[in-house]
Amino acid sequence: MTLLQMQGMSVRHGQDPALSDVNFSIETGEIVTIVGPNGSGKSTMLKTMIGAVRPSSGRIDRQKGLRIGYVPQKLHIDPTLPLNVDRFLSLPNPASRAKRDAALLRAGVPDLAMRQMSGLSGGQLQRVLLARAILHEPQLLLLDEATQGLDQRGSAEFYRRIEEVRRDLGCAVVMVSHELHVVMSASDRVICLNGHVCCEGRPEVVASAPEYRALFGSGTGGALALYRHEHDHAHDSDHHHDHQHGSDCIHDHGIGQDHNHKHGVAE
Amino acid sequence: MSLLDDFLVRAVLAGIGVALAAAPLGCFVVWRRMAYFGDATAHASILGVALALAFSVSPLIGALVVALVMASCVTALSGRGFAVDTMLGVLAHSSLAFGLVAVSLLDGVRIDLMSYLFGDILAVGRDDLLVIWGGAAAVIGLMVWRWQALLTATLSDELAWAAGFNPKREQMVLTLALALVVAVAIKVVGVLLIAAMLIIPAAAARPLSHTPERMAAIAALVGAGAVIGGMQLALTLDSPTGPTIVCCAALLFAASAGLALVRGRDS
Repeated sequence: MTLLQMQGMSVRHGQDPALSDVNFSIETGEIVTIVGPNGSGKSTMLKTMIGAVRPSSGRIDRQKGLRIGYVPQKLHIDPTLPLNVDRFLSLPNPASRAKRDAALLRAGVPDLAMRQMSGLSGGQLQRVLLARAILHEPQLLLLDEATQGLDQRGSAEFYRRIEEVRRDLGCAVVMVSHELHVVMSASDRVICLNGHVCCEGRPEVVASAPEYRALFGSGTGGALALYRHEHDHAHDSDHHHDHQHGSDCIHDHGIGQDHNHKHGVAE
Repeated sequence: MSLLDDFLVRAVLAGIGVALAAAPLGCFVVWRRMAYFGDATAHASILGVALALAFSVSPLIGALVVALVMASCVTALSGRGFAVDTMLGVLAHSSLAFGLVAVSLLDGVRIDLMSYLFGDILAVGRDDLLVIWGGAAAVIGLMVWRWQALLTATLSDELAWAAGFNPKREQMVLTLALALVVAVAIKVVGVLLIAAMLIIPAAAARPLSHTPERMAAIAALVGAGAVIGGMQLALTLDSPTGPTIVCCAALLFAASAGLALVRGRDS
């Protein structure tokens, strides 16, 4: 079932075009990742989905009564606002205690209910945001750079949790990320964005597409293969560490070059 | 109703009415860092009083309209490339200056300027009391009705959008509530000290609270306590009532801040 559909949709920030002629749709149960360089319109695309940004032309249609769970890129809680995790979960829609506890458990932070929001670490805050987003069993879960500030291990673990959530709730997931390798291995479909949709398809297809390589360089193709390999063996605890370490080194290198490459092209 | 014949009883009731309405609104002013915004709106209302006297309408209506216009202007201008604190500084003080000049230009109307600047709570009549409690009830009703949405929008615009409501509308709710509180509080504490009644009780309540609701409730208690204590003190010392009330609130804040220091942590 199609949950959300964009047809020939363009968005402007003032005079500047942010997105042009985007066609996109998402079906129940899919995990779609949006990748793209900084300023490519990734966050704008998510903000259009939640209705915070209106398209300047084209259309966006949501299924009637669509329940959206949204995990923002970051959330600053002013220290003057006393707010514990349990109270935060019920904003704006109240939920029963059983539901709140279940959501925290599913997000992997069952013991944080009474903690103040302003005192959480980055990783804890992300999981609490995830718990709030899945509290009312969304049909569509949106994550905007949700693993920013987490280390490699933390974000890999976070994405595994997203897969579990998708499996348990049967919701569709749209993620925006910089971390191509981790994210792509967890996706059914990848959209490569740079003001418009450059290319899309299964992760392997996109990783080898010339448009994608023009943006990110060819290094990530290799890294992706390594990561899929690592991911396949995720439960093999004996070898897990070595694999992870090996791919870390190669990959970090690759990303650095990619960025240089990108700037070279852009300037 | 004979109790209301006593001017002291009327004064205390008027003060408590304002304190109860100012408490939840004051919390939002603190959480959203709108202190200067409250000041600007309050100061502008003196211009409203002058205009109302010139056109022979109730000063309350004049203050309400100008406060609303001012608050709307600030809301509309903020986030459009102006440095907000500079702009508010300009608006707050210039509107006060224009108001004072306008009052001095009024021919044939002799008004006691001091009573508008610092309030004249002992002169509150039955009609004033009705207006103050009517306004306070409207503000409290508005706050209770929109409470969950206001809190969500205070945390993040995007969380509000994703939950299906427009955070700009919640901003307008606060703006309207602020104009109402300013209009009904002029008689009690005067335009110069209205912001104090918003901010000081909320700030005093912060160290004693672990949820937003508790903070609003304690702020209401602090505000009401300051009114009762300030009235008694003013009678004993023969000091101006409005400023004495604010002094009492400040002392309560100092006690609460001291308590927080002694405990060495936020609760």
